[in-house]
Amino acid sequence: MAQKLFKSKTRVLPGFRLTLGYTLLYLSLIVLIPLAAVFWKTSLLTWPQFVQVITSPQALAAYRLSFGASLLAALINSVFGLIVAWVLVRYNFFGKKFVDALVDLPFALPTAVAGITLATLYAPNGWIGQFFEPLGIKISFTRLGVLVALTFIGLPFIVRTVQPILEDFEPEIEEAAASLGANRWQVFWRIIFPTLTPALITGFALAFARALGEYGSVVFISSNIPMKTQIVPLLIMTKLEQFDYPGATALAVVMLVFSFVLLLTINVLQWWANRYNATNLS
Amino acid sequence: MTPVATTLHLPRAGTQRRSTSEPPWVRWLLITIALLFLTLFLFVPLIAVFAQGLNKGIGFYLKTLSDPLAWSAIKLTLIAAGISVPLNCVFGVCAAWAIAKFDFRGKNILLTLIDLPFSISPVISGMIYVLVFGAQGWLGLYMNADKPWFPWLAQWLNVHDFHIIFAVPGIVLATIFVTFPFVARELIPLMQAQGRTEEEAARVLGASGWQTFWRVTLPNIKWGLIYGVVLCNARAMGEFGAVSVVSGHIRGETNTIPLHVEILYNEYNFTGAFAVASVLAFLALITLALKLWAERKNAALHAASQ
Repeated sequence: MAQKLFKSKTRVLPGFRLTLGYTLLYLSLIVLIPLAAVFWKTSLLTWPQFVQVITSPQALAAYRLSFGASLLAALINSVFGLIVAWVLVRYNFFGKKFVDALVDLPFALPTAVAGITLATLYAPNGWIGQFFEPLGIKISFTRLGVLVALTFIGLPFIVRTVQPILEDFEPEIEEAAASLGANRWQVFWRIIFPTLTPALITGFALAFARALGEYGSVVFISSNIPMKTQIVPLLIMTKLEQFDYPGATALAVVMLVFSFVLLLTINVLQWWANRYNATNLS
Repeated sequence: MTPVATTLHLPRAGTQRRSTSEPPWVRWLLITIALLFLTLFLFVPLIAVFAQGLNKGIGFYLKTLSDPLAWSAIKLTLIAAGISVPLNCVFGVCAAWAIAKFDFRGKNILLTLIDLPFSISPVISGMIYVLVFGAQGWLGLYMNADKPWFPWLAQWLNVHDFHIIFAVPGIVLATIFVTFPFVARELIPLMQAQGRTEEEAARVLGASGWQTFWRVTLPNIKWGLIYGVVLCNARAMGEFGAVSVVSGHIRGETNTIPLHVEILYNEYNFTGAFAVASVLAFLALITLALKLWAERKNAALHAASQ
């Protein structure tokens, strides 16, 4: 049976059964069985109850904010992330290496620290917020604040997916296009940009997925008012604190299903991006 | 193949070719936009953490950090990271060995499953352990069942008032979950790229399995492993959402550093919150430095071997 399943012949290297067995055991204990608990708890609800929880006005408002702000943050990062990646790969300027290293800061900085810092900076009397206050723009404790926090945490994704593709881009292709009479703008739009598209979409999807689940940084910068500035993870947290476990798990199921779909999409995108680059190189 | 490509790329760094470069004003505009964006979202926040933490002077700063509650939070964070990082490290090496060195069906599904914790909201990551071990979860149902399987076990658990949720084990479990893929994710592509010929040669020459791993595989993946451990540790020490769900927020007992920051902040002790936060920010900077160092070492190792 095992022979058939794993196409096992004679293996030179040892430890296949041990390592795969341990991998599956650890994965099941830490991830799969606890995750199954979400679906078990939700199954205690009847279908109408489930539908009622996930389509309540409060939930719908939270989806709108979570999805809307995450999409917008990922879009902002796509534009500026592309510019940052471009500048880091193509140009030389003072402090470039330092800037390059610091792009990963949102990965390394704990979300709670990011949350309190952004909330303080973008508050009406904060270092950055004071410049927006006279314009009548309030950032902290509004939906705009949610957008700022989600932009911060998604920042490295686009830069880090686009950067290696730009680095590997063969200058000969640009030279060929230029010698055939294309101007710089045409070379960018018709030659460089299409090559970057798969990486850009992958980065976008990664940033979007990360923003959708984000909790730590948003909870500080948002005023967390139901129907207005409450994101889905916060709504789940509120329900947990009220010991409304079936309600919390029902919303979690919606988010989980969406995360799975997004994860699959990202994997397909990455496979597509790799194939695209492989054909480019050969 | 590779050396040719490197020489071709070399002139690009120094000289600017007119045909494949932008006019200077475009260059400066793009650099300005990029730096302005990064200033608003990265540099200013980073400086602000330290500035805000120190704005009542160094005395207040040190007093906040030497507070017993801060110390117990630091201790718990070290415990959580100290348990979760080695466990995920062992898992990462095992998973990478099985996935990179052998062929089997369902490999892509396994890879996707290992990635799962990355795509799950921290709040949900914490919640799943409440559902398993909480009073209304599987463990709670078992402990309160009328006729449980293994009555002696249920009795023992009840007598010892066994708790996972709202206690240290829950925090450790939630930390393990959120840092689960880090080491595996780093090692799998690295070991796949290296193939298995070196290990096979070692085996053919008479090395045992362990010798092969310690003397051939480990030196090759050393920097990748360190890189994964550094990232895993940073997340373990900084996790907020998942830990917040399973911690009972008992001061001095189930508070980690990020939760301590939250408590101080919600008490309007902003300077105190930023003082503690600056420790985490400093840790993040060390993480970035170590990450850069491991990346360079790894690149040098592989450049040398080619």
